[in-house]
Amino acid sequence: MSSTKSWKELEMAAVLRAGTSLEFKTGNWRSEKPVIDYAKCIDCLICWTFCPDSSIKRNGTKVSINYDYCKGCGICANECPVKCISMQKEEV
Amino acid sequence: MGVTGNDAIAYAVKQAKVDFISAYPITPQTFTVETLSRYVANGEIDAKSMNVESEHSALSAVIGAALTGARTFTATSSQGLVLMYEELPVASGLRLPIVMSLSTRALSAPINIHNDHSDFLVARDLGWVMLYAEDAQEAYDMTLMAYRIAENESVLLPAMIGIDGFIISHAIQGVRVLEDKEVADYLGIRDARLKVNIDEPISFGPLALTDTYFEFKRQQHEAMTNAYGVVMRTFEEYSRLSGRSYSPVKNYMTEDADVIIAAMGSTVGTARETARILRKEGLKAGVMGFSLLRPLPAEEIYETVKNAKAVAVLEKFLSYGAVAGPHYLDILSAIYRRAEVPLYDFVYGLGGREMTKEMIAHAAKKSLADAKEGVRVGVRFPGVRD
Repeated sequence: MSSTKSWKELEMAAVLRAGTSLEFKTGNWRSEKPVIDYAKCIDCLICWTFCPDSSIKRNGTKVSINYDYCKGCGICANECPVKCISMQKEEV
Repeated sequence: MGVTGNDAIAYAVKQAKVDFISAYPITPQTFTVETLSRYVANGEIDAKSMNVESEHSALSAVIGAALTGARTFTATSSQGLVLMYEELPVASGLRLPIVMSLSTRALSAPINIHNDHSDFLVARDLGWVMLYAEDAQEAYDMTLMAYRIAENESVLLPAMIGIDGFIISHAIQGVRVLEDKEVADYLGIRDARLKVNIDEPISFGPLALTDTYFEFKRQQHEAMTNAYGVVMRTFEEYSRLSGRSYSPVKNYMTEDADVIIAAMGSTVGTARETARILRKEGLKAGVMGFSLLRPLPAEEIYETVKNAKAVAVLEKFLSYGAVAGPHYLDILSAIYRRAEVPLYDFVYGLGGREMTKEMIAHAAKKSLADAKEGVRVGVRFPGVRD
């Protein structure tokens, strides 16, 4: 996130209101992105449990990755028991 | 009432109805918080007093309490202030109107418990409003005014009040105090717009990198600039309330003075007596005493010294290897390219070394003589053995 606000516009003392982390899209920190091979996925939800950024969403037992916030840490790929998540180089 | 400088501050803090006090004992400040702890223990003040294991923790605890909207106080000296250092810019960066008193004392090493301004002056660039009291009466008055200044919506900065350790902190003087109700009406209750609040969660002190940090620092400079006007209004208001007048620089016989002695703290009184003696001898001397150091009262300094032939700047502080000390630089920045008044710097009193009227008179005469001859000299050290 890059602020363009002047010193007169910014709220005093750098305070942050609750819920503003949604505006801070950490996806651009990523150097590698997790990609799910749904053919191999067994719907175990282990990746959903482990994701430290709540960037894996689930619909019933079907998972998907929210690339707006996924930082590419690779924990999901590491924990997947059937190795259906691969870490692929992020295109710049 | 007859009280020490430390107790005068403690009494003002009691009347200010602070909610939270945390401090660690250190000579010569100790009695300030000792007296406050007694007030708390006796139920004379409805405040929480937190004992901690260091000054770093004391200011950290005060910062936490101030974030909840509490009116807070801490006090320290010398090495205690130095141990607090990490938290000093945090208090100002978080825009917390904390009030702290400093019974000033020399810095180690070697260990020395006596007075100089090494602790106070080195803290001048950390975003705190800096007031300095000459005696116990000023210490009492400035403590009350400090809350008024710090809590002003256009300021919201912490404020520090210095008093000379032992000379003022431990000497008993007559102090006129306001009635409790007068103080309650004057200060009211702190109304914090931004505070830790479960119903409206806010994060304080997050990361601000290259895209915003500079802007927040610019805001602090603006707040300090605003503080100048607020200090002036506070001095006026308080004069009406108490009958005692205050100004950022205290001028004594400066109007027609050829030489002005500039000083801070208890030395200002000695300098006034010296000026009276010099006037009897036919030398037109005057005294400018600093009450407000940050924000710097540049206009008042300029107006005071602009017509003098020389200024003898007395500094109870040594800036090792610099051309001059902080008072000298402050005065110079206030008059630069507006008045051609030669300044002469005298470092005195380090570690509590005595500064007599004779020594001050010599500094004044020397400055005037050097100015006449157009001499430019470095720092001089009256009182040191050569």
